[in-house]
Amino acid sequence: MNRKWKSRVEVALIYLFIAFMFVVIAYPLLWTISMSLNPGTSLYSASLIPEKWSFEHYKWLFTSPESDYLLWYKNSLFVAAANAALSVLFTALIAYAFSRYKFVGRKTGLYLFLVLQMFPSLMAMVAIYILLNMLHLLDSLWGLILIYVGGQIPFNAWLVKGYFDTIPRELDEAARIDGAGHFGVFFRIMLPLAKPILAVVALFNFMAPFTDFLLPSIVLRDPDKFTLAVGLFNFISDRFANNFTRFAAGSILIAAPIAVVFLFLQRYLISGLTAGGTKG
Amino acid sequence: MPEANVRHRPAVAMALSLLFAGLGQLYNRRYVKGILFIIIEASFLLTFYNFLNIGLWGLVTLGEIPMLDHSIFLLIQGLVSVIIIAFAAALHIANIIDARNDARRRQRGEPFPSLIESCRHAWDRGFPYIFVTPGLVMLLFIVVLPLLFMVSLAFTDYNLYHSPPRHLLNWVGLENFKNLVSIPIWKSTFFSVLAWTIVWTVVATTAQIALGLFLALLVNDPRIKFKRFIRTVLILPWAVPAFVTILVFAAMFNDKFGAINREVLSLFGVSIPWMTDPFWTKVALILIQTWLGFPFVFALFTGVLQSISRDWYEAADIDGATRWQKFKSITLPHVLYATAPLLIMQYAGNFNNFNIIYLFNDGGPAVRGQNAGGTDILISWVYDLTFTTNNYNMAAAISLIIGLIVSGFAIYQFRRTRSFKEEGNI
Repeated sequence: MNRKWKSRVEVALIYLFIAFMFVVIAYPLLWTISMSLNPGTSLYSASLIPEKWSFEHYKWLFTSPESDYLLWYKNSLFVAAANAALSVLFTALIAYAFSRYKFVGRKTGLYLFLVLQMFPSLMAMVAIYILLNMLHLLDSLWGLILIYVGGQIPFNAWLVKGYFDTIPRELDEAARIDGAGHFGVFFRIMLPLAKPILAVVALFNFMAPFTDFLLPSIVLRDPDKFTLAVGLFNFISDRFANNFTRFAAGSILIAAPIAVVFLFLQRYLISGLTAGGTKG
Repeated sequence: MPEANVRHRPAVAMALSLLFAGLGQLYNRRYVKGILFIIIEASFLLTFYNFLNIGLWGLVTLGEIPMLDHSIFLLIQGLVSVIIIAFAAALHIANIIDARNDARRRQRGEPFPSLIESCRHAWDRGFPYIFVTPGLVMLLFIVVLPLLFMVSLAFTDYNLYHSPPRHLLNWVGLENFKNLVSIPIWKSTFFSVLAWTIVWTVVATTAQIALGLFLALLVNDPRIKFKRFIRTVLILPWAVPAFVTILVFAAMFNDKFGAINREVLSLFGVSIPWMTDPFWTKVALILIQTWLGFPFVFALFTGVLQSISRDWYEAADIDGATRWQKFKSITLPHVLYATAPLLIMQYAGNFNNFNIIYLFNDGGPAVRGQNAGGTDILISWVYDLTFTTNNYNMAAAISLIIGLIVSGFAIYQFRRTRSFKEEGNI
């Protein structure tokens, strides 16, 4: 009897702690939603349970002639799609070579990737700015895409190579005996079998431009070219037009779809990370 | 079949090829190949000679006439030249090795492969290079070149008062590093920022790992129901883009108007200066980072916990082990062994966690007697030095120090990973 009670108290305490965590997690998220529904622009007069519910900020984002929100959405989608497609292509090519071939510089290359992925891209910002300037790619979405695609290589090549390593070599040897060439093995064996990890790479490169504000804020100058993150950041960073409620509305519209997709796919990410990172 | 020719010397072929690509091949009487190599090297020299010449001159001198020579562009051209030369040198060495191999064959009187055969061979052997080249070129120019540039800046005097085209830059050796630890304002700032960076990394990361582990254990308890639902909610902070949540927290922690002071702490009659007192800003940052970071660890550990075999625990039960003993001797070693490299990466990530510091309070509040904010970590200090005060040289020097520290993390990771032991088979 005593033992049963102890167990019940324990379970109750566990649920209590989980409930506490739920509150801690939900509070800021719900608060953001309620901010976005508060009329007026000021953070100060807004309250958690608005006296008047209003969708004016959402309406403003989509209909006001002053609002560039749809344009930013379009820019972000363009950068995201190009980044996802190009990243998968370049990364898969590199990972295939590193996983299946012996060549001079293979080890050095792997080591280079590992060291490079540790360096924060921020450290290279000044040089990237000057380089893009020299190439006349400053203030251009293609310049931004170029930097994203190049910058993701070290980390993702490592991830995809780890996954390729888990595909049995017997498969590509068999294909070679059947007469498949280098490209044949790559396109008909490796790519189809590596779909899960390639999907993860595509997805994360698709989502990155929606949430990164640092690089675009340095590369892009013209508000017409802004991506969502830069545009939204300017809603609140502008000292004279601090507009938190509008920022909240705009953020929810990007955070919600990203969160949903993410929740569906995080399992693949975890298995990809542990496969590529530790087991190799 | 050609006869063995003992007088044919590989050393001569190598020396000739070293002199100019293709000459050794001509000596080996491989005329088509030799002429091809000569054409390639000649056109390389014709195309790049001027560029490389100016580049190397610029790299050494950083320009000689102010207003006309732009040191920064010269520096970049110089670095690009170094990369091109490294490539060319690699190809040149391949050419020398090729001359040696052919000469040895001639010496032994072995037949040469026909042109078609050697093309095929080159295609097979060269294939990985074809696959790697596009990505590698991008990597070199987008990641490696900027890092080399940053490293170079650390040894120049490039700042607001010494900026091209008006002034030329100079190489100053280790001057910047000396200043960093000897000039009082730099010294006090550097060490206080470094100390906070270390405290921040250790405390915030350990907190998020501990909370993640604790929650993973709780939810994994067989008596708990609705596991799927609980896990989904607990992962939410990871799913929402961090830049949004950090900015939301920045608003919530606002001293006067923020929800934390106004709605939560007012219940207890307290008001905390979250944004104006460095100590409380640090506390807030660590709390927020824990909120942001624990879901990843939680998801990771949940996966590992489910893969630990029941047998271990049953055996421990038979031996009469307590819960703490089971945790210490079975769960913890399993979990840590499987995830150690990823946990190390968490520490490295927080060490350079620019976003949270910059977005929450821009490194503030300001503190007297130093030129960084009270909560600036090294990387956000570098950002301020670069984009606000244009102290490019000091920013680069500090970046280099950060680079050395993160390389330490990378080397640890490198030793743990098994990917290196997998060999290519072609």
